[in-house]
Amino acid sequence: MSVLRSFLTKPTVGPFVALVLASVFFSTQSDRFLTASNFSFILQQVMVVGTLAIGQTLIILTKGIDLSCGLIMAFASIVMTKLAVDTGLHPLLATLIGIGAGGMFGFINGFLVTKLRLPPFIVTLGTLNIAFALTRIYSTTAVVDLPYLQIALGNTFSIGKTNITYGVLVMLALYLLVWYVLAATPTGRHIYAIGDNPESARLLGIRSNRLLLAIYTVAGLIYGLAALLLVARLNVGDPQAGQTANLDSITAVVLGGTSLFGGRGHILGTLLGALIVGIFRNGLQLMGVSAIYQVLVTGLLVIIAVSVDQLSREKN
Amino acid sequence: MKHASMNKKVILEAKGLTKTYGHVTALNKADIKLYKGEILAIIGDNGAGKSTLIKALSGALVPDSGVIFLDGKKVHFKNPSQARARGIETVYQDLAVAPALNIADNLFLGREILRPNFLGKIFRLRHTAAMLHQAKQHMEELKIGIQSMRQEVSTLSGGQRQAVAVCRSAAFARHLIIMDEPTAALGVKESSLVLELIRKIKSRGLSIIVISHNMPQVFAIADRIHIQRLGQREAVINPKHYSMSDAVAIMTGSKKAHTQAA
Repeated sequence: MSVLRSFLTKPTVGPFVALVLASVFFSTQSDRFLTASNFSFILQQVMVVGTLAIGQTLIILTKGIDLSCGLIMAFASIVMTKLAVDTGLHPLLATLIGIGAGGMFGFINGFLVTKLRLPPFIVTLGTLNIAFALTRIYSTTAVVDLPYLQIALGNTFSIGKTNITYGVLVMLALYLLVWYVLAATPTGRHIYAIGDNPESARLLGIRSNRLLLAIYTVAGLIYGLAALLLVARLNVGDPQAGQTANLDSITAVVLGGTSLFGGRGHILGTLLGALIVGIFRNGLQLMGVSAIYQVLVTGLLVIIAVSVDQLSREKN
Repeated sequence: MKHASMNKKVILEAKGLTKTYGHVTALNKADIKLYKGEILAIIGDNGAGKSTLIKALSGALVPDSGVIFLDGKKVHFKNPSQARARGIETVYQDLAVAPALNIADNLFLGREILRPNFLGKIFRLRHTAAMLHQAKQHMEELKIGIQSMRQEVSTLSGGQRQAVAVCRSAAFARHLIIMDEPTAALGVKESSLVLELIRKIKSRGLSIIVISHNMPQVFAIADRIHIQRLGQREAVINPKHYSMSDAVAIMTGSKKAHTQAA
């Protein structure tokens, strides 16, 4: 019961209403919008950012922020594809090393945040640049002719006439897993508590630093997984990828109702937030609005969402 | 002059606690003694080492030297969790709760009850119903008039939040509860609620150490008063035999105590 209740509680209601309103609006603007195949397309479009946003949510819940996630993903995608194609490693091993590279970056972020007590904003701004540079140093050109294992998740299967991408299922499964951990396990409670006040949580007997380090590392591994989804969707390892994904993932988290001030938020809200961004992009595209206005609208949405968060905090 | 506490059992004793930060000596061979079932107030000027002293006892910091005996056994705490595991609970002034979590989650934070079967062992599923039920029992035992344990702590008043924090420590303490200025942020009415809670906890046989700047409160609830000065124990007095102005005079060094309520 309480699990069901936590699903229905306040934080997800706002994003859900926004999602429905946006869908209603766009379905009046385009006949093609409200079709199963279009929604399956939107899901495929948000698959990568939606996965990144899971790690981002965990970090923002702890009052942190991760500016490096998109470029960690780019680095991981280049590592896994280049090791498989150029070095000739077994594709599975190459993929695991790539995901591990994401985890390693996450661990470095976490280490700097907990052991040296540096602000997450600065740490991840630094690792953003390091990951960006390492990616380019390792490869300046796209890696092509990927092994089947690395593109398998980009394949689709059909339910009726709707094609569903396997990678979307991976993303949804990851959401469910993280939702379970946050809602139902002690670790979930501890994550919310350290976001509220890390020192207080430590005095209440939670090993805040150890937990924070684990969260950053897990987030890095999730970015590594996002890298696999990215590679599977693009069919290439692209060293240019992921540059807007940092802000897109933060947008999804904020639109989903998670507070940038930590301690409050909901992982399923993030999924809704990612979908809202996807729906706006897709709907505007179907209306024939040029891409630059889609960016404009995304920016406005973020500012509105953050304002709502701030105002609701002031009311409390 | 015989004091009632002479017949009582010592629950906690620390000797020669020293803690320095660079050139600043926060604790200078400080001693403290606490009997079973008593309320010991700690008073002292700013910088006398009150907070450092209780942090050493609660595991929030590790003293440079000195020994601590709990229930006759020597203990050495590296962090608050270790002190908690040995039955010492601490209530902090304004860091006492996690506001975004509900009351039951706060009471059980860091020692959640898991489902007894494989759901708990493998899937780490919390036993929400059990925690809500036990939280309600604990809150009712201390007659804290809050109905729903699902209520988010951020919606509570300052006094109610502190009551949750006190209830949390009372529910798990086996030996003693340490309170750092538990009423400092509270109004008059809310303070009296917390003082009443402290008396109830004492009546259950637990020992309490309370730091306070509020002399009337100290004299109202304390069995003995530990006066801390310049990083050391200056005196321990019985509030029945001293006035508040005497206590302040000893605290500031302008007077010596003539008897010790050791």
